[in-house]
Amino acid sequence: MLAFDYTRVDTPAEAIALAVRDLDARYLGGGTNLVDLMRETIEAPRSLIDVTGISDEIVVQQNGAVLIGAAAKNTAVAENAAIRAQFPMLARAILSGASAQIRNMATTGGNLLQRTRCYYFYDDAARCNKRVSGAGCDAIDGFNRIHAILGTSSSCVATHPSDMCVALAALDAIVHIDGPEGQRMIPLIDFHCLPDDQPQIEAVLRPAELITAIELPAASASPRGTYRKVRDRASYAFALVSVAADLTIEGGRVADVRLALGGVAHKPWRAFKAEAALRGQPATEASFLTAAEAELADAQPLRDNAFKVPLAKRTIVAVLSDLAGVTA
Amino acid sequence: MRFSINGDIHEVEVDVRTSLLDLLREHLHLTGSKKGCNQGACGACTVLVDGERINACLALAVQYQGREIITIEGVGTPGQLAAIQAAFVKHDGFQCGYCTPGQICSAIGMAAEAKRGLPSFVSADLSGLSTIDHDELRERMSGNLCRCGAYNGIIDAIREVFVDETTTPVKFEEAA
Repeated sequence: MLAFDYTRVDTPAEAIALAVRDLDARYLGGGTNLVDLMRETIEAPRSLIDVTGISDEIVVQQNGAVLIGAAAKNTAVAENAAIRAQFPMLARAILSGASAQIRNMATTGGNLLQRTRCYYFYDDAARCNKRVSGAGCDAIDGFNRIHAILGTSSSCVATHPSDMCVALAALDAIVHIDGPEGQRMIPLIDFHCLPDDQPQIEAVLRPAELITAIELPAASASPRGTYRKVRDRASYAFALVSVAADLTIEGGRVADVRLALGGVAHKPWRAFKAEAALRGQPATEASFLTAAEAELADAQPLRDNAFKVPLAKRTIVAVLSDLAGVTA
Repeated sequence: MRFSINGDIHEVEVDVRTSLLDLLREHLHLTGSKKGCNQGACGACTVLVDGERINACLALAVQYQGREIITIEGVGTPGQLAAIQAAFVKHDGFQCGYCTPGQICSAIGMAAEAKRGLPSFVSADLSGLSTIDHDELRERMSGNLCRCGAYNGIIDAIREVFVDETTTPVKFEEAA
């Protein structure tokens, strides 16, 4: 690990003022990803600005929205009574991720900014456009079983590893940001980028901008929402495919649906095509399959990950069938 | 930097790059906590901070000043084993022993989580009232690997000390 300066701050203003002075600085949360990347010198910031002392509060607002401070630990979010009752999809997604030890360390803001677990990104003997812009990608023709099938480019096929963000995408969460030019809010689904020809750019944050909170809108509250994760072992593994879903049925038809996929793209993948295909349709297994096929129609599998296409379809159908109370 | 470890205050000069695990092992010679993968994958370095289990290998020590850190050395001693340590011996909860300090610290943290009603991914509902059965224990302990494969003994030991399936939902006593 290369040497760095360390400063702990108490307010966003202090953090941003420090970051403006050193654009090679990184904000430090729980460190569960950044420390590991620094040890491998994949990340080599000149300074770390510890923002874990900024808000970790989880506040239920009068209108029913929930505001999660960026420093709130993953465990605290999953444990929060309001989130468990009104946003169980999010609690379950968080509980499916990493291990208990890591969830006790990792922060909400840091979870959004964690980096891909593509093997070639971590292997400095391999070519990676995300690590060295323009270097090439050894994953595209390499061992790519865990890689993306949707929204890929000729420069990157990595996936975003977060479970939490998949639920946040389905819930229309809003990212609160503070920065040198003031505060702004971005929908989570617009926060992460597809790789295109600049896969090193993973989010729309501008220099020195800091995530301060995540907002769960009251309108997405639902005691039914759920999260299913398919992986190579029963626990403590990244998703091959995951599905965050919520379903409202009226008179046997789908009145509303929220659906997002993990493990399939460079960003948490909101399944808008499947949602559009489902609204107003009978809540049946046949409708769910039609919707899943609409979403996966654009899939571009690689040599080793074609299995993810039927796996994603079957997982979508299974989760929606469970929510609808029909047999899949 | 100033740290509270197993109830003792330690003042040490260390580089900010130092992980909590290296601080414990290399600077304070508390070698019970083990370095397995050094990347958060195996759990051998698990310690308790303010009662919560974390991976000391991924923790920069500088971030943990002023917190109450407990390592396996603070759980029990050879002459005065904690109940969970004695249960690991009784149930053959280890073979080579390398993962054991992390397993035991993790189990103590796990029991505290279960006691306060934190659900797990396998909990049927998220109310926190699930019975801590075999599947729950396996899920909650999945951050600790054992390459000898002593999992059955580990689960039996934890279940004996921390879980009483005839009552609801968790018995918590004599953790440390």
